[in-house]
Amino acid sequence: MPLLRIEGVAKSFGNFRAVDKVSLDIRAGEFFALLGPSGCGKTTLLRMLAGFETPDEGRILLGGNDIAQVLPHERPVNMMFQNYALFPHLSVRDNIAFGLRRAGMPRAEIATRVAEMVALVKLEGMEKRKPDQLSGGQRQRVALARSLARRPQVLLLDEPLAALDKKLRESTQGELMELQRRLGMTFIIVTHDQEEAMTMAGRIGVMDAGRLVQVATPRNLYEAPATRWIAGFVGDVNMFDGQVIASGQGRLTVSTSEAGSLTVSEMWPPVTKNVVSVAIRPEKVRLSRRAPALDEGGAQTINRLDGVVADVNYLGGVTTYKVRLESGATLRASMANTARLDVDAYLAGQRVVAWFTADDCLVLEQ
Amino acid sequence: MARPVNSITRFNMTSLALGLAFLYLPIVILVIYSFNASRLVTVWGGWSLRWYHEFFNDRAMLDAAWMSLSVAAVSATLATLLGTLAAIGLARGERFRGRALFSGMLYSPLVMPEVISGLSLLLLFVALSAERGFWTVTIAHTTLTMCFVTVVVQSRLSALDRSLEEAAMDLGCDPVRAFLMVTLPLIAPAIIAGWMLAFTLSLDDVVIASFTTGPGSATLPIRIYSEVRLGVKPEINAICTLVIALIAVIIVVASFASKLSNARGESAAPL
Repeated sequence: MPLLRIEGVAKSFGNFRAVDKVSLDIRAGEFFALLGPSGCGKTTLLRMLAGFETPDEGRILLGGNDIAQVLPHERPVNMMFQNYALFPHLSVRDNIAFGLRRAGMPRAEIATRVAEMVALVKLEGMEKRKPDQLSGGQRQRVALARSLARRPQVLLLDEPLAALDKKLRESTQGELMELQRRLGMTFIIVTHDQEEAMTMAGRIGVMDAGRLVQVATPRNLYEAPATRWIAGFVGDVNMFDGQVIASGQGRLTVSTSEAGSLTVSEMWPPVTKNVVSVAIRPEKVRLSRRAPALDEGGAQTINRLDGVVADVNYLGGVTTYKVRLESGATLRASMANTARLDVDAYLAGQRVVAWFTADDCLVLEQ
Repeated sequence: MARPVNSITRFNMTSLALGLAFLYLPIVILVIYSFNASRLVTVWGGWSLRWYHEFFNDRAMLDAAWMSLSVAAVSATLATLLGTLAAIGLARGERFRGRALFSGMLYSPLVMPEVISGLSLLLLFVALSAERGFWTVTIAHTTLTMCFVTVVVQSRLSALDRSLEEAAMDLGCDPVRAFLMVTLPLIAPAIIAGWMLAFTLSLDDVVIASFTTGPGSATLPIRIYSEVRLGVKPEINAICTLVIALIAVIIVVASFASKLSNARGESAAPL
């Protein structure tokens, strides 16, 4: 039995179906991310777990008990709010102690727990400050300490890092993961930032238009997206529409108008329709000046496309290229800058051969 | 380098002085003449506290002042209670039926001419054959000032982040406790400001009070008004100076209250 089981949960606001029959199991001690574009229903789902919204249908089982109708203050679940929702009239200490006092914890124990929480989020010496005397990063820590103080069975985090700048966000991501591992607590985070979800979470649930479209590890989500939409939403991708014209020996031949005939490895589960899309991630496209020698791809089948470099973007760690194919379509490729001196760089206008193996392609139904 | 707008130039200082004089010269003259020894209002006869002494021995005037202060205190308190409840209803009960109608009716005294409010209240009290006096004026002033309290408190409530109450509930408060422990302390400055606004409005009102009061229970403004019709006595200047002092104290307290609310990192209650 998982710690948290969401069973066919649905919620509508008027005619708008915010969450549409979502079922999901979350194990104890897991770091789970709900990922999706804004308006996909992820926040509504999180608010139903916290108790601020009541599902129209379905059950939410926490440790085997249905909590779908239980009021927020009676749930062993705490939430960290996107804007932190710190009480402006209370000091850092009183903010953290707020939930403990409501739980009727003895004074001495509250003092110990608050000190422990303050140390956990490294805010020693700030206990007497009011929220408006803290920086954004410090407020985020107070909010975290306050939501952890009651030792909830599940901690819900609503876009916890959205208000921080990039550098601080990256270091905080690491701290959150470290904290979650150390406490062994179950974290459910809502985010629209796929990099954030991939960095932190063990498993990611992708939502679109109220539905949960895929639940997978970050690697599987990226390398084996379930649908065309997910392939485009998570990371960058080249997409060529076409028709399967031949199959056999684990290979499909897809005829595309933009990239000609492509040989791709069959995926599991196999596509059932004839009309498909071939997706290839830019970092899996390789560029060379001449056609690759046949053994360069090992035993794999290689797809090669001729083109002209149309655009070069140097980003430091990687360089991204746009290659204009003979059909007029654009193929994006990115290459790691592994050498300091640009022996491998291509220039705009240069003729190149773009190639990728059959295994690196994804076949997705349209 | 451009000169900052707030730099001290002769032009700026002159226009500031003229502006302040336009606003406050009449009041300064009134205060100075309240210390006039002469019996004639417009003739200066040297400094004296004679008219303050006269006022404190004028039984009828003192009764009227006491009447005004108690009407203001009681009606402001009632208006603050009701107005705050109405503000909570409007700011938090987004979904109830007839909300637009309720808010329209609540705010109508803001735009309703006072003569009409006063007359309609008079008709009501006559129809109920209620004895006119302290309570009728108090009730009338409560209906007048309640909407001002609602405006002040509601704007504060809607500026307040809803997720603060949710956070309180998340941390173990039922909805009532969440309101008492988080929302109420945060809107307290607005409630205090609303009370003071209601108090000064009531203290100041002539029109509605003259419709709804009865014989022997005149408020201070009514009493002053009837005295002035017989010619301005310097005693009136003394009374007005005392009222100005009282209102100045209230304004200072109110601005402290809104400072306090600023210090809590939230926008100040509008006054």
